Amino acid sequence: MATPRLKALAATAASVPITLFGLVLVTFLIGRVMPIDPVLAIVGDRAPADVVAQVRLELGLDEPLYVQFWIYLGKLVQGDLGRSVMTSHTVVDDIIRFFPATMELATAAIIIAALLGIPIGVLAAVKQGSRIDHVIRVITLAGHSLPIFVLALISLLVFYATLEIAPGPGRQNILFDDMVPTITGLLTVDSLIAGEWEVFWDALAHLVQPAGVLAYFSMAYLARMTRAFMLDTLKGEFIITARAKGLSPARVIWKHAFGNIAVRLITILALAYAGLLEGAVITETVFSWPGLGQYLTISLLNADMNAVLGATLVVGVTYLAFNLLADLLYRLLDPRVR
Amino acid sequence: MDINIQNLTIDFPTAQGTSQAVRGVSMKIGREKFGIVGESGSGKSLTARSILRLLPDSAIVRADALTFDGIDVMRADESAMRAIRGRRAGLIMQDPKFSLNPVMTAGAQIEEAVRAHTKAGRREAREKAIDLLAQVQIRDPRRVADAYPHELSGGMGQRVMIAMMLAPDPELLIADEPTSALDATVQAEILRLLDNLVSSRGMALVLISHDLPLVSHFCDRVAVMYAGRVVEELKAADLAHAKHGYTRGLLECLPTLSQEKRRLNVMARDPAWLA
Repeated sequence: MATPRLKALAATAASVPITLFGLVLVTFLIGRVMPIDPVLAIVGDRAPADVVAQVRLELGLDEPLYVQFWIYLGKLVQGDLGRSVMTSHTVVDDIIRFFPATMELATAAIIIAALLGIPIGVLAAVKQGSRIDHVIRVITLAGHSLPIFVLALISLLVFYATLEIAPGPGRQNILFDDMVPTITGLLTVDSLIAGEWEVFWDALAHLVQPAGVLAYFSMAYLARMTRAFMLDTLKGEFIITARAKGLSPARVIWKHAFGNIAVRLITILALAYAGLLEGAVITETVFSWPGLGQYLTISLLNADMNAVLGATLVVGVTYLAFNLLADLLYRLLDPRVR
Repeated sequence: MDINIQNLTIDFPTAQGTSQAVRGVSMKIGREKFGIVGESGSGKSLTARSILRLLPDSAIVRADALTFDGIDVMRADESAMRAIRGRRAGLIMQDPKFSLNPVMTAGAQIEEAVRAHTKAGRREAREKAIDLLAQVQIRDPRRVADAYPHELSGGMGQRVMIAMMLAPDPELLIADEPTSALDATVQAEILRLLDNLVSSRGMALVLISHDLPLVSHFCDRVAVMYAGRVVEELKAADLAHAKHGYTRGLLECLPTLSQEKRRLNVMARDPAWLA
């Protein structure tokens, strides 16, 4: 029993460095073949030709591509992603500064999405074909088809501009800037650690709206998957067995049916979370959320290639890590795989 | 305990109108071993499941009477039905591969049945479950209790299923083709086990099968169903004197070891049987 399981784990583990290498290679190549001249981004387009040539030499851009890649890889393993032209910080420092904001947003979003999406998915499946199922279908369909920037703008218009019940864009009121020391980088957590309740409530209020918008899409996805899984499982013979045992409907639904899909849902949840970590670009832009997505967009528009490559790598590694996590959880929790 | 079914009909809505799965079935079952025999689609499973009201949601059920020990199953509310299901009547289905919950251990599933109907605590339920596993002649009940269904053979799975349904000491056991998914040698063991348990506990048994000789061997009375109707009901001992063409046809199709090798009969179906 243990050997095939260990083998599968070993295979999964072995695939990680290969995938990582591929990720770095592809990211690097895309960065280099883009018709963007990183030299121009640094010196500007009015610099004399000898300055341009010198900077090109300093950046190692005269070397063949594989040498450049080798140098990049060598620095990468030492944790050096180069310096951002735009912020003049190292890319690593920038990522440490921006990534927690994205994490905070994505984490809040996935919590909202799971807390809403999974129960309504179960409800829709149990009441299949009823009016409530149709209502849920419309809600989730909207979540799939509405572009996120439309929803984000509508949300800002309604809750911020018209009703004035939500704070505007940004991560916190500028009055509170730098009031709590950065420990985790998650503003809600740091303010709690510092015991600054005002900062906490402000950060939370700023978080709710972008997280809610972001959550809507994951919620729709989770609800639809939950409904499909539940419908499939509720047809199972063991559901009739559970009912024949005289169990309550709640127990039949949650213990027997939901218990069978929980593991699959955890995998989906992990992947949805990874998707949120990388895919919050538009939401971050609309809500001026100083996260990795915004950093990536601005870097790209400024031809700041070190920053673009670094941020892309972080996103890729995060996705990979969650894929691996989902895989491991599945093996760990499902008795049939175990 | 007695079951009274009068003029039961079960319809299913389809795109082309309604399909009649059960068409006016009547039977009375007491504390006995009662067999229902028929081919696939004859309505035998639906008839038996209607006693516990465990039919698909789309089923349209009508009956002049459908009672379990005087309780009107047609009108009882869910909690009244739950007091019957498991507690007073158990249901064993064909294939334990599908009828056991794949992500719960065998022990947990039996404990759940114990705790659903008694005030037993966790540990007490566990002991009861292991005792039940021993009663269905599992040699290593503690190990099996911790096993998941996919780790058990078909015969073991069906024993777990029986143990689970016997847990609350029901008065009636409905066994819906309990051995069809098992190997021939295991079939006999499971049937003998069922027979012993039912007899020693003084329970009633409704055995559903397509195997006419098997049912007549185990049961006191047999109802033969064809196309949603009971075409013949008789004492198991009188099977050889069956009058209905369908029953006779079934018997004539059976191969025997004693007679010479020859082509088996093919049932000639009389359209009049459908009436």
